[in-house]
Amino acid sequence: MSTSTYAVRDGMTMLRRNLKRMQRYPAMTVSVVAMPILMLLLFVYVFGDALGNGIGLDTASGARKEYTNYVAPGIILMAATSCAVATSVAVCMDMTEGIINRFRTMPIARSSVLVGHVIGSVIQAMISLVLVIGIALAVGFRPNASLVEWLAAAGLLALLSFALTWISAAIGLGSQTVEAASNTPMPLTFLPFLGSAVVTPDSMPTVLRWFAEYQPFTPINETLRGLLLGTEIGNDAWTALAWCVGLALLGFLWARSLYSRTAKH
Amino acid sequence: MNTSAGATTDGIVAVGLRKSYGDKTVLDGVDLHIPQGTVFSLLGPNGAGKTTTVQILSTLIPADGGEARVAGHLVDREADAVRSAIGVTGQFSAVDNLLTAAENMMLVADLLHLPKDEGRRRTADLLARFDLTDVADKPASTFSGGMRRKLDLAMTLVGRPSVIFLDEPTTGLDPASRRNLWDIIQDLVSDGVTIFLTTQYLEEADHLADRIALLDGGRIVAEGTPDELKRRIPGGHIRLRFADQYRFENASRVLAEAVRDEESLILQIASDGSIPALRGLLGRLEDAGIDAEELTVHTPDLDDVFLALTGRRKAGPADEAAHSKKAAKEFTR
Repeated sequence: MSTSTYAVRDGMTMLRRNLKRMQRYPAMTVSVVAMPILMLLLFVYVFGDALGNGIGLDTASGARKEYTNYVAPGIILMAATSCAVATSVAVCMDMTEGIINRFRTMPIARSSVLVGHVIGSVIQAMISLVLVIGIALAVGFRPNASLVEWLAAAGLLALLSFALTWISAAIGLGSQTVEAASNTPMPLTFLPFLGSAVVTPDSMPTVLRWFAEYQPFTPINETLRGLLLGTEIGNDAWTALAWCVGLALLGFLWARSLYSRTAKH
Repeated sequence: MNTSAGATTDGIVAVGLRKSYGDKTVLDGVDLHIPQGTVFSLLGPNGAGKTTTVQILSTLIPADGGEARVAGHLVDREADAVRSAIGVTGQFSAVDNLLTAAENMMLVADLLHLPKDEGRRRTADLLARFDLTDVADKPASTFSGGMRRKLDLAMTLVGRPSVIFLDEPTTGLDPASRRNLWDIIQDLVSDGVTIFLTTQYLEEADHLADRIALLDGGRIVAEGTPDELKRRIPGGHIRLRFADQYRFENASRVLAEAVRDEESLILQIASDGSIPALRGLLGRLEDAGIDAEELTVHTPDLDDVFLALTGRRKAGPADEAAHSKKAAKEFTR
């Protein structure tokens, strides 16, 4: 077999290992999925009415109902970011345990450890996204997307998860402790809030509005909203794709350089 | 059974290995020559550079200078060939705590690209050999320190390595588990495997190693068989204590070479403590009709070697002091 066949095979072996680990240590997965769900319930049932009126949605059919549609795409993004924390923790735990040195002294594809983590995390993210979308539908989210639009949305979310996962894998590699690995990606979780997830950027103070317009999550959020609810997408789709690809590349290069450098024990 | 590397190949050869972290020199020119199928023990205090040496030889970190070959391959430029030949069990257990013992073994088998049934066969064999069959389906997180170390070593053996690095394999184990691991290591050697063992326990090196090197401050300060090293150390002696001044004076006339300690009526005679030496000494006393009150043989052990060569007593855990202190064998009569 060629080297690249081995790389795929080793990557799959590592993926199976990571999926098993996720099953055996469900606390992390649960907390990662619970957070966006709680946020969804909070924004729909506690703030929904007030915020719906506040940002001037068409309230003919009820402010809460309209706001549920407005906030759901942002919450879905949050589910993707919140999985990043789990990746970072999982990678860091792996690096601080002795097993990584076993892998390093075996003739296996260098990439396989990280590839196993990244693919595993993307799968975890997609499962958690399905759960969050399901609950959003249950509390009144009413997307009007066609099958193609749903597939495009799934593709965008998978790409975003992939990018975030590489970034958080790098964070996990660079963290000395599991606590640090869990705290460092936290700001990522809040980035959607500083965009168009919860309220329209128009309602923010100037500096924040400027930040909201240029940060990656706003175009991603608007693209997702457009795909699911039929709002205007425009150039946001290309900006969103460019951000995702750029972040994925950045995270990949960062993680790769950290991985070849670190020999902790 | 000799491995594919062949009997003529050296297990490990290193010339002038150097490594520093910042301005702290960890290895300052280490040379090693370890024939295939032998046990070599690198002995030294904490921070001497033992683990760094293992990390370089097992391709974990690059050396700053020097050259090393393991199983005939260069560790820096032929890392994958080296990795195919070695197994490493480090100080920190390299098992996946969330997986069961059998899953850990199969993970290694899969990474070695063994066919599934071959992987399962080796898993079953090794778990049986290490008395882990009953706990094969229990997660490693529930294991005791000794069981975990055994699983760790079992995982290392899945690939049938020809060179095995054991970095302080028995640190933190209770005496029974330690003995158990020693037996396993001796079995491996009889299969023709080369073993590179680092340890803080002099008794362990004495028990297992064909050759021992003492690493101190990044340099090898002594190397040889355990016996050679012990011979290099003066200090083996027999002590005779007498009941009264009269006997003491008589004995010291007969044994003119003895060092006198008049105060405690003790004569100290340099000796290797062997049976013929003892017999000769007692014979001379018998001929002169002198009774000794007490006889003590002090043979130098590796502790003495360590002390003499590094200028300090090996600091071990408190319970180890009693364990390795078999220096004074008392014969009281």
